[in-house]
Amino acid sequence: MDPAIFLIQLLNSLQYGLLLFLVASGLTLIFGIMGIINLAHGSFYMIGAYLAFSLTAAVGNFWLALFLGVLLSVALGLALEWLLIQRLYHRDHLYQVLLTYGLILIFEEARSLIWGDDVHGVQVPEFLNFSIPLTETLSYQVYRVVMSGICLLLAAAMYFLIQRTRLGMMIRAGATNREMVQALGINIGLLYRLVFALGIALAAFAGMLGSPISSVYPGMGNQVLIVSFVVVVIGGIGSVRGALVAALLIGIADTFGKVLVPQIAGMTAYLLMAAVLLWRPEGLFKRA
Amino acid sequence: MAELLIEARGLHSYYGASHILHGVEISIGRGESLGLMGRNGMGKTTLLKTLLGLVRPRSGEVKVKGVPVTQAPTHRIVRMGIAYVPEGRGIFPNLSVHENLVMTARAGAEGRRDWDYERVLKTFPRLAERLSHGGAQLSGGEQQMLTIGRALLTNPDLLILDEATEGLAPKIAKEIWQIVRVVRASGIATVIVDKNFAAVNAITDRNLILVKGEVVYCGASSDLRSKPEVHQKHLGV
Repeated sequence: MDPAIFLIQLLNSLQYGLLLFLVASGLTLIFGIMGIINLAHGSFYMIGAYLAFSLTAAVGNFWLALFLGVLLSVALGLALEWLLIQRLYHRDHLYQVLLTYGLILIFEEARSLIWGDDVHGVQVPEFLNFSIPLTETLSYQVYRVVMSGICLLLAAAMYFLIQRTRLGMMIRAGATNREMVQALGINIGLLYRLVFALGIALAAFAGMLGSPISSVYPGMGNQVLIVSFVVVVIGGIGSVRGALVAALLIGIADTFGKVLVPQIAGMTAYLLMAAVLLWRPEGLFKRA
Repeated sequence: MAELLIEARGLHSYYGASHILHGVEISIGRGESLGLMGRNGMGKTTLLKTLLGLVRPRSGEVKVKGVPVTQAPTHRIVRMGIAYVPEGRGIFPNLSVHENLVMTARAGAEGRRDWDYERVLKTFPRLAERLSHGGAQLSGGEQQMLTIGRALLTNPDLLILDEATEGLAPKIAKEIWQIVRVVRASGIATVIVDKNFAAVNAITDRNLILVKGEVVYCGASSDLRSKPEVHQKHLGV
């Protein structure tokens, strides 16, 4: 493979993997810590993309739209946890699947009512709308590099939050012994609400950040949801570090799969999952 | 008696369909040490969990420092100055020793900070050597010290110890009792549940015996010592 093409594919893998990480890390936190299977997680990715589309048009600035979109998705996460999700903690996974699947249908319908069924696009912010030439014919879009940088910063911030702060300790402790966390004076209901809102905001933010390079279209959350579950399973349920490694692996497998073995490109992520599970049935990292 | 930290009356608690507590009354004064006794399955742990709001009584009332808390969430009840060392210890295995300790370290309900990180490490030098270990890598005795240290770092007015020496070697159990004495001497009230009747009786001011969810005896520890027949009847194996 030509080195320039290889570099481009590598950067694409990184960018795809990191974006996937943002979605999957929220999914793994919500599942690993709160025990909630959130099938609607992909919908928040979609909602994020549509928010970026509408807000950018409304305020005229992509970054301001991102900021407002994050505030809105945090509010949405808090409200949903309060209204619905908190009723699921003591229930069987079947109820969780039913409720969150219902949410997918509601969100899709709401999306259709508000935005219609057309495909939309979001403009790449002006000052980043250029490419770095790599060879005479090949170049790389700067926005994609900036995107990866933002994702990396977020990953570092999450690592710091979870591993280094008292809030992070409480989040990890809540995963193993709910009763003891309460008996130490921590409001576990509030803690779970925050974790849920954080997870939702991460998924929505990924949708917003990715909107300029992928179009904004109906059902875009479902594909992401499935791959995100693959990431969670490969990484080990509940492990944010595992989600990062797994998301990058999937990014590489998927991107290079399309180039090297296009016949089975749609399967590479699942083949990777099967291989990892044969080797380590609990995923790469046990819960953090 | 001094101000009452906990005052509960008429507690009836259930686990599912089984009626565990049958109208229990219990009170704990500031600085007092109470031994809660009874054979296995008599409702000791259920009583403690009811006081903490982890089990909701079907009827009866719990007051902490005179404030009714029967329906209050657990985290609010314990923040009024109660620390709980549960049976089985309840350490967080996925957190390091250091993290287990500092996670909920705070000033007490009245702003006291008698117990800080340094004092806990001085009291439990074994923990100081293992700060970066995971909670699950500790021996049973070390885990117990960790839970007690973690509880003390919330600067409670009342420390509840449920089976703190269970499964520990006699030498380690002795260390734990020594620590309980230090805690008592620092003015923290204690509720102690333990199979070792003599040790509990020796360290507490008052004893309360539960049989099938009812209080059958409540009196001074010295008084119970002089009534071997009571202790034989309700606690003997």
